[in-house]
Amino acid sequence: MTAAQIEGRASMALVRRNLNLVKRYLGWEAAFLFYNIVNTLTIGLIASLEPASKRAETILYLVIGALIWNFLSVLFNEVSNSIQWERWEGTIEYSMMAPIHRLTYLGGVCVWGSLYGLLRTAFVLGAVVLFFHLSLAGANLFGALLVMLASLLSFVGLGLMVAVLPLISAERGAQANQVIQGVILLISGVYYPISALPGPLHALGVLSPATYTLEATRSAILGGASVAHLVPTILGLVGAGVIMIPVGLGIFTLGERYAMRAGKLKRAG
Amino acid sequence: MSGLARAPSVFSGEADLLTFWAEGSSPRPFFVLKEVAPILDLAVEVKGAVKSFWETESGGEVGLLPIRRRRTLALKGVSFEVRRGEIFGILGANGAGKSTLIRLIATLLLPDAGEVRVFGMDVTRHQLEVRRHINRVSVEASFFKKLSAYENLDYAAGLYGRTRREVMAEAVAILSDLGLPEKKLRAPLENLSRGQQQKVAIARAMLTSPTLMLLDEPTTGLDPRSKKDVQAFVEEIRDHHDSTTILTTHDMREAERLCDRVAIIHDGAFLALGTPSELVERHAPEGDLEEAFLQIMGKPMEEIEEAIEIS
Repeated sequence: MTAAQIEGRASMALVRRNLNLVKRYLGWEAAFLFYNIVNTLTIGLIASLEPASKRAETILYLVIGALIWNFLSVLFNEVSNSIQWERWEGTIEYSMMAPIHRLTYLGGVCVWGSLYGLLRTAFVLGAVVLFFHLSLAGANLFGALLVMLASLLSFVGLGLMVAVLPLISAERGAQANQVIQGVILLISGVYYPISALPGPLHALGVLSPATYTLEATRSAILGGASVAHLVPTILGLVGAGVIMIPVGLGIFTLGERYAMRAGKLKRAG
Repeated sequence: MSGLARAPSVFSGEADLLTFWAEGSSPRPFFVLKEVAPILDLAVEVKGAVKSFWETESGGEVGLLPIRRRRTLALKGVSFEVRRGEIFGILGANGAGKSTLIRLIATLLLPDAGEVRVFGMDVTRHQLEVRRHINRVSVEASFFKKLSAYENLDYAAGLYGRTRREVMAEAVAILSDLGLPEKKLRAPLENLSRGQQQKVAIARAMLTSPTLMLLDEPTTGLDPRSKKDVQAFVEEIRDHHDSTTILTTHDMREAERLCDRVAIIHDGAFLALGTPSELVERHAPEGDLEEAFLQIMGKPMEEIEEAIEIS
């Protein structure tokens, strides 16, 4: 068996483990999904305040924000909480002792997070389409999908950067993750254009990859923008991911080194 | 056996070169290390290992109060060697430094000073290579509690590149040796007793064919039957596998029965080291290992037990 096969099987072991956990916690999964659907429909219904001529477009504008945020937050949570989850169960020492590269471990977490996020978002999308009787005629769904896939990389990179926080500090790391996620929600123009943000927040919004994911997805679905039109954004998102993943991995490795020095690589941390 | 070829086949010593081959991956070696000649008979070398931690005195993780911390020395320059195939016991009260030592060898901690080598490989510089040779059973059988034993074993062994089919067949055999019926493999871990969970923890370690097994109080808190099963299994590993074991325990009878040599650790330093009979002869010629332990510690058992309770 080659080293690559060992690493590949290790990544898939993580995916299988998470799938098994979802099966065991199916009741909670159903409850969270129900909440996601209701939350997205509620956000879409805000558009009822608009005049009838603008209502359909506003529903789509808001729902796109809710769906993409749903996907990105699931991915972000899965990656950033992977270490926290191992701490809760007490398995962290065994997983960190496994003879695999850290990228393999985190790669498995990211593959799972992407698949799980896409599946959950697909369920919510189905509910939204049925509820609002949305017409997607003229929308470039393929282009929107490309944008989503391109943005995966940068969100994985961001997830890796914050996954290190629970490694450094069990309690405060998890708290910091919540705060960071809240800031990304605020600055990325999920439900409004970032021009609505005051100065410093607007500047942060310009730096958030989610801003470009949302803008490009809206322009593909609402404006029917062609793939050629979306290419610069797609390339920008891929470029951001190509930079952010190694940076995230580097930060994680440094954090792990610190945890090993400080004796925090254990259940209580 | 899967993954990397395990010892003894793992070592192909040529001059000063040590080559590790991955099964089926010839002609390229998996990795090559120098500095070999004197290591083949030694599983573990610890030279002057020092480890300290910052401990919280007030405030703390949960609150927002400023934290006051003090530095405590967990290991004060510990040195010892463990020969291949040996069962090496480390005895001491809670907080003496046993688990810190085990976690240093397990690559979960970095030493402040000193050197820790596993099969000649430095645990700070060759972590990945060391990890291929070790596994650990700790006092807490840490698992995903909602998952079944099989699902937990599939995950843990999967991280070492084992396939599901291999895991299932081997897990049934190992757990049967440990006296755990096959039907328990499908039950969520939270439904198994403490002793049964510890048997699954031993299976988790054995599935990766470790050449160095780190057993950190594996029988603490087990009922007599489970304790006996686990001890018998450790003996079986010694008799039938090319594996070295480091065992920490509070149980003197267990140490006497299983260990080839024992070290007594107190407050981060080794107070004595030798075979159980040597220690008895030296410190309690009329008694047993427990007597020798008490003599070495210089305290009556009640005081030591009280210290254990408090810590």
